[in-house]
Amino acid sequence: MTTVINTVTHRGSPEGPGPQSAAERARAKAKGTGGLYQPRVPIYPKLVHGKWRRIKWALLIATLAVYYVTPWIRWERPGALPDQAVLVDFFGRRFYFFGIQLWPQEVYFITGLLVIAALALFLVTALFGRLWCGYACPQTVWTDLFIYVERLFEGDRNARMRLAAAPWSFDKLWRKGGKHAIWLGVAFATGGAWIFYFRDAPTLLREFWTGAAPLTSYLSCAILTATTYVFAGHMREQVCIYMCPWPRIQGAMLDDHSLQVTYRLDRGETRGPHKKGQTWDGRGDCIDCHACVVACPMGIDIRNGPQMECINCGLCIDACDEIMDRVGRPRDLIAYDTDFAVAERTAGRPASYRFVRARTLYYAVALVLVSALVGWGLLNRQPLDLHALRDRNPMFVRLHDGSVRNGYTLKIANRTFTPKTVEVTITGVPGARLSAPGEPVGAVVRTTVPANEVRGLRVFVTSTPGASAASVAAVFAVRGDGVSAETKTTFLTGAESAP
Amino acid sequence: MAEREKDDHTGTETTGHEWDGIKELDTPLPRWWLWVWYGSILVAIVYWVLMPAWPGISGYTHGLLGQSDRTEVVRELKGLAAQRQAGESRLRSASLQQIEADPELQAYAMQVGQSVFGDNCATCHGAGGAGGKGYPNLRDDVWLWGGNLDAIQHTIQVGVRSGHPHARGEKVMPSFGRDQLLTEAQIGDLTEYVVALSGRKADAAAVGRARQTFADQCAACHGPAGTGDVAQGIPNLTDAEWLYGPDRESIHSQIWNGRNGVMPTWEARFSPETIKALAVYVHANAGGVAEPVTATPPPASATVASGAAGR
Repeated sequence: MTTVINTVTHRGSPEGPGPQSAAERARAKAKGTGGLYQPRVPIYPKLVHGKWRRIKWALLIATLAVYYVTPWIRWERPGALPDQAVLVDFFGRRFYFFGIQLWPQEVYFITGLLVIAALALFLVTALFGRLWCGYACPQTVWTDLFIYVERLFEGDRNARMRLAAAPWSFDKLWRKGGKHAIWLGVAFATGGAWIFYFRDAPTLLREFWTGAAPLTSYLSCAILTATTYVFAGHMREQVCIYMCPWPRIQGAMLDDHSLQVTYRLDRGETRGPHKKGQTWDGRGDCIDCHACVVACPMGIDIRNGPQMECINCGLCIDACDEIMDRVGRPRDLIAYDTDFAVAERTAGRPASYRFVRARTLYYAVALVLVSALVGWGLLNRQPLDLHALRDRNPMFVRLHDGSVRNGYTLKIANRTFTPKTVEVTITGVPGARLSAPGEPVGAVVRTTVPANEVRGLRVFVTSTPGASAASVAAVFAVRGDGVSAETKTTFLTGAESAP
Repeated sequence: MAEREKDDHTGTETTGHEWDGIKELDTPLPRWWLWVWYGSILVAIVYWVLMPAWPGISGYTHGLLGQSDRTEVVRELKGLAAQRQAGESRLRSASLQQIEADPELQAYAMQVGQSVFGDNCATCHGAGGAGGKGYPNLRDDVWLWGGNLDAIQHTIQVGVRSGHPHARGEKVMPSFGRDQLLTEAQIGDLTEYVVALSGRKADAAAVGRARQTFADQCAACHGPAGTGDVAQGIPNLTDAEWLYGPDRESIHSQIWNGRNGVMPTWEARFSPETIKALAVYVHANAGGVAEPVTATPPPASATVASGAAGR
């Protein structure tokens, strides 16, 4: 039987009589199989220069600037309200975004925003491939930044590989040490900036260094420092390949007409080394120099076609263009192109591109619809919100003259920045008279709701006896100071309901 | 120890046991499991040293940290008492009316009241205070012993027929039927009379027969018009509220048996502050009007007086 393993020679300890330790046996077992995880092969991407690299630098600076600067933008708000333009205020239970202020009950706006973001991602991916992954994803941006730091200390690809292979020396120690120190500094700045989104930034900065900040701030900062350092410094492309779900979903958005970083095999093959002065006839433009491979931060060979690992960043395009210029062939052997165009050219037909497709139309229409819905909702946000909670124990009270009284707790939310004095009315209950606790029946029920707060208000509704239905539908309304709100409720009459 | 047999297929040693040709593999424990196990043992030892752990003959090992659930509870109770101190002292110094006028203090009193009510009063009056047959509804505007803040506070303090020297309810309703003070026929007629008092249809002949009986037996307490007396806790017979039920059977039963409600005194059990909070709670739930209902003009008294009831 070929499947039976000769355990004695497999372990390489034929002379070992007697029991072996559990550790020895476990180690031996793992040896031949390679363990549960694929060992990581370190990637040392080479620095390239060119159009796409310049765009990536610009976007790196822009996205980092947005991330670090946003919490420090001030936005004047009345009274004791926070003056931070963008603030997720968990203590005050508010989300501030410049002129917009959301309450927890309006979290559906956030949901809408996330749906818009998802649809925009779908549309962009269907049109231009994984641009998000290649240019704007925090994992890509911070990894790029960390590789930049690495390059400052250890040099470019070849120098880094040499250093990694070299024995430990003072030179290696300070280079590695310096790199990790700066990495940790950047990671700390990342985690440190994050917490400013949740508390007034200048106050928190002072609190943070005097030890007066909330524990959650320190914890959040520590967690984000750790994840930034580990993800951008050590795990890098493994985050994209093994942790992120998006590369696995992208297949559903991409088709033959989506622009992706493409090796134009119609032009490149047959590849092979090329010496100066040799003819280009009868062969492809690819000189098999591996410039695209060493530039790739994901460690793949783009010439193998579209791959799950490819983040569409275009660095191999820059690398190849540089080589093409040098050997005197036209650029764009690797370019943003479509599978369809490559197939057409291979078949000898002119390439054509289709951006308007059923898929892109669906995404665009859905995006416009959802954006319009969310925008409409934001523009028509009600300044006043009313809810009525009816007393359930007792459900109603019969008074001395036989009339029936229901108790309610009204919750009036004032989402404006000015106090509003409103008057409560009820419609739908025959002969209904309102009263507030301690006030005579039939008096005007009025209350002032402070700015940006919810006021709970007890009201009693008394109705004349003799109703036939056990319950009637009613509507509470609050009006005043140019605002109003309504809410449906039920009034129980105390009448026996029909059997 | 003899050399142990190895299984050819897996390379694992066997235990040496065999049942009907089946041998048991002695598969080693997973490393991670072993280390977790060793770690747990270590944690247990550290725990024994730091925390109370081992029972002895006359006590137990207390541990270096001096942890004790009992002292913890005592400490927490002390903290709770200190926390309540502020509210308690404010309740003590403020009058009932002042408590109700101060929204913050009222909210505090309402919370105290709700909790105390649920633990003590809800048994009879119901969790919502709506009462039941024989147990007054504390949510409406009919109050046997007065519905303003001071009256409610006093009722809670002294109770009703509770044995307290100042207890409410000196007057009791006799058992007219059981003690044979009235005949069966008289009580039947009286029932019709009481039904007519509250403005309902009743047998006119019976109402006429009972008029003299009511004047002789009932009017002394319930008043000639049957409107009762809040000062003495005499129920108003002309309104829509019936403590023992509105139907003829219930009214007849009450005249026959003469039940008299009892409520304990809470003075010994609650602090004055708690009673204050409870009064504020009950008053607010009932609508909180200064003086709810005293004597409403009976809707049917005219009918009874003219003897035209039961048309």
